[in-house]
Amino acid sequence: MTKILTPTGEYDVAAHDGLWMSPVDAERITGWTLKPEGMCRDDLCVPLPASALGSNEVDLEAFWEKLGGPVVGSATRDVWALGASAGERNAALEGLEAPDFTLPDLEGVPRSLSQLRGRKVFLATWASW
Amino acid sequence: MWQALYEELKDKGFMVVAVAQESRGGEHARPWIEQAKSSYWQLIDVEHRLEDLYNLVNVPQSIWIDEQGRIARPPETAGSTDHFRRMDLATRTMTPQDQAERLAARQAYLDAVRAWVAAGAHALPGDEVRAEMPKVTPEIAEARARFRLGLWLRANGRAAEGDLQLAEASRLHPDSWSLWRQAADLDEVGKASGPEFWKRVQALGDRPYYPPPKL
Repeated sequence: MTKILTPTGEYDVAAHDGLWMSPVDAERITGWTLKPEGMCRDDLCVPLPASALGSNEVDLEAFWEKLGGPVVGSATRDVWALGASAGERNAALEGLEAPDFTLPDLEGVPRSLSQLRGRKVFLATWASW
Repeated sequence: MWQALYEELKDKGFMVVAVAQESRGGEHARPWIEQAKSSYWQLIDVEHRLEDLYNLVNVPQSIWIDEQGRIARPPETAGSTDHFRRMDLATRTMTPQDQAERLAARQAYLDAVRAWVAAGAHALPGDEVRAEMPKVTPEIAEARARFRLGLWLRANGRAAEGDLQLAEASRLHPDSWSLWRQAADLDEVGKASGPEFWKRVQALGDRPYYPPPKL
């Protein structure tokens, strides 16, 4: 099995030769669906080159790089991280809507920024180090 | 750290969310959180997800978010100053004047938050927020992915391999103190503020470690 990490998820998939996998797995990981036009999400489709398509297979690495997102793998190519592209992050921040997140408190209770709509929020980071 | 401010303003539609960038996990942060006796949210962010989403580079940094969920100011230093750079490293003390200046800067920042909550002061027009927002580069985006991969490898018994990814993340995003210091802390508690850290701070020269907020 190949382990794939996304900014918010962790997946085990049957992949080979890097990130060649079934379109079903590719969709489970990325939310993008393989269609005749390419990989699609909502109204948007990103065409894929023939070299990234096999018989009922897709090269997720090639697709992700086409999106402009970083794809990094361990030396043994068994663990990979797909990151958000710079363009996606910048577009979200330039839209000025505070990106939502869900993180646990010390007791493990998940808390989301969006629960605080209607209040002014002072969001601050810190660390022990 | 923010409890007094929160107590003072909580009935005026105000909330504080403190997020620990803490790859050693919640238990490592617990003593600090318990000591703070806080009633606002104290969240644990093992993977530094907030720094990825908001393009942050250091702690503490803050973002003001208004009632509509819009970013009212770009990420900025949350009340800390560079006075620590002048402290006597042998005794770990600052001069009385530096201590006073540091406290005054922190008070000024807290006063700005108060004025925002009371009357919307210091909230910037959208164009200004956009202009001041640091841009994510492809190198930063790759650094985040390598940091994520490095943490996973470390957490799964592959520390040496993970450390290579963390080092590469720091190389790709040299402006991030958090990426470097978190990796140093994972290597050994205390290393994030050890001699290597001070060497890096000195290498800044005239550049700030904590850029003052433009209030």
